[in-house]
Amino acid sequence: MKNISAVAGIVIKELYRRKDFYALFIVTVVICGMMAMINIYNDANIVRYLKEICLDLIWIASLVIAITTTARQIPAERDNRTLLPLLAKPLTRTQLILGKFLGCWLACGLALLCFYLFFGALAASREHHWPVLNYLQAGLMHWFLLGIIVAFALLGSLIFAAPSSNATICFVLVGGILFVGRNLDRVALTLREPTRAIVNALYYALPHLEFYDLRDLVVHNWPLVAWKYIILALLYAAFYMAVFLIGACLVFRRKAVN
Amino acid sequence: MLPPRTLWLLLLALLVAGFGLAAQLDPQFQTWRGSRTGGDFFKVMLGDSRSMFANSFYVKADEYYHSGYYPTIFDDNAAFQTAHMAADTGAVSTKNHGDEHGFLGPTRNWIDAFGRNFFPDRHTHLDQGGADDLGGSENVREILPWLKLSADLDPDNVQTYTVTAYWLRERMNNVPEADALLHEGIRNCPDSYDIFFELGRLYYEAYHDRQRARNVWLEGVRLWLRLDPAVPRGKLSATQLIAGWVDRPTNLSPVQADNQLVMEELTTHLAKLDEDEGNLPEAIEWLEAAQKVSETPQVLQLEIGRLRYQLGVEFIPVLKPLY
Repeated sequence: MKNISAVAGIVIKELYRRKDFYALFIVTVVICGMMAMINIYNDANIVRYLKEICLDLIWIASLVIAITTTARQIPAERDNRTLLPLLAKPLTRTQLILGKFLGCWLACGLALLCFYLFFGALAASREHHWPVLNYLQAGLMHWFLLGIIVAFALLGSLIFAAPSSNATICFVLVGGILFVGRNLDRVALTLREPTRAIVNALYYALPHLEFYDLRDLVVHNWPLVAWKYIILALLYAAFYMAVFLIGACLVFRRKAVN
Repeated sequence: MLPPRTLWLLLLALLVAGFGLAAQLDPQFQTWRGSRTGGDFFKVMLGDSRSMFANSFYVKADEYYHSGYYPTIFDDNAAFQTAHMAADTGAVSTKNHGDEHGFLGPTRNWIDAFGRNFFPDRHTHLDQGGADDLGGSENVREILPWLKLSADLDPDNVQTYTVTAYWLRERMNNVPEADALLHEGIRNCPDSYDIFFELGRLYYEAYHDRQRARNVWLEGVRLWLRLDPAVPRGKLSATQLIAGWVDRPTNLSPVQADNQLVMEELTTHLAKLDEDEGNLPEAIEWLEAAQKVSETPQVLQLEIGRLRYQLGVEFIPVLKPLY
C-alpha cells in the first residue's frame, strides 16, 4: 500500500504542477460569470440555466482532466525512460498500475471538489439555499464515474499506440455511452440478427455511465435519490473499475517496458 | 536565397494586391444576397441554421417547464407534440394525445428499472410548483432564458413571443417587459394575429384598457380573416369583414384551419367586451363568428341564447307603454 500511495502522490503532484486544471477552472469561472451577467427580462432570480451551464462545463473539464491525465501516465514513463528504473525498485507492475489509477482518481476528486465548491457558491448566490446533500450525491456519483473512465483510460494506454489515440477513443466511447447507453436495447430492436444480438450484448456488458449523471436532478431541485440506489451504483462502478484494472494489470504483465 | 530587400518588396506588393482586391470585391460582396454581414451576431455565426437551434431552445424551455422530465428521441413523445408551456397559455391548439405521465412505459429490464432512479421520472409543471413542490408558480421564470435565446435566434417565430409574454405577465407580474416583447414581436411579425391577441389580453387584463384591447383584437380578427382569399382586400375594418364572413358558408383556408383556436379566442373576447358595454347585438354577432371556428359551438349557442333573452328583456320596458 505504501508503494501504491507513493506513486499516487507523484501523480497528484503532477496534476497541480501542470496548467490543465487551472486553465479549465478559470475558463469555467469566466464563462459562468459572463452568463450570470446576462439580463433576462430584468429578473435576477433566474438560476437554473446558470446551474446547467456550470455543471456542463464541470463535466467537460473533468472528463478532459481524467482522460488526458490518465492516458499519458504510462506512455510518458516509457518515453522518459523512467519506467525501468521505477520497476527496478521494490515496486511490482500491479502496484504501479494501482498507484497510477489511485493518483489519477484522487487528482480528479480534488479537481471535482474545487469545481463543486464553485458550483455551490454560484447556485447559492442566487437561490439563497444550499442543498449540500444533493451536491454531495452528485459529486460522489460524478467521482465514481471518473473512476471507471480513469481505469478504462489506463487500460487503453497499455493497448493503444499513442496517448492521443487512446484519449480520442475514450472520449468517443464515453460520449456514446452517455448519449445512447440507456437506449441501446431499443436501438437493438430496430436491427437485424446477428447485429441485434451483438448490440444487446453490448447493452448489458458496457458500463452504464448515465447512472452517474445527476445533473438534471440537481439543476431542477429534485429531492435526494434514495441512498440504497446510490450505494448500489457505487458498487456497480467499483465492479467496472476492478474489471478494467485487472485487465490493465494482465496486459502490463506481458508488456515490454523498454 | 532571396535577399531581404526583395522579400520586403514582395511582402509590400502582396499587401497592395490584397488591399486592391478587397476594395474591388467589397461592393460586390455587400450587394450579394447570400452575404451575412448585414445581420446580427447569430445570423453571422449560424446563417439559416439558427431557426433549427431556435427550435431546440424552445423545446429546452418546455423541458425546463417539466423540470427535466421530458421524452428523448427514443421515447413516445405523442403527448409532447405541442409544448405544454404553450398549451397552458390557452391560446394554442394542442396536438398532444397519449399519456404525458408515462411516456417511459413499463420498465424493460433491470438496467432500465435501476437507471430510472437517477433522472427525473415524474410529470410536473413549473407553474404548479415544480419538482420539489415547494416553489411557487413564479418558478416558471426558469423557462425564460431559453425562450429569450430562441426569440433572438429566430425573430420570426410568433409562438416564442406569445408564450414568453404570457408567462411574464401572468406569473412574473412583469407587464412592462411583456408589453415591450409583444411590440418587438409585432415589429418582426406584423401579420401575426396571435401576437395581437396576446397584446389585447395584456391591455385588457393588466392595464384594464378596454379600448386599446378592442383595437388590437379587431386588428387580430382582420389579419386572421385576410388568410381567406375570398375575403375582400382593401381597407375594410374587422367589423365590416366579419359580417360578410359569418353569412358565407364556412370554407377555411389550411392556415385558418390550423389556427381556429386563436380566432375563437379573439371573437369571444370581443363579444365579452361588447357585452360588458351593453352592445348585445354586436356581442351576439361576435359569438356567431366564434361558433364557426369553435369545437364546442353548442356551448356558444347557449351564450347566444342567454344574450338574446337578455336583449328581449331589455326591450320590454320600451314596449310596455304600448299596453
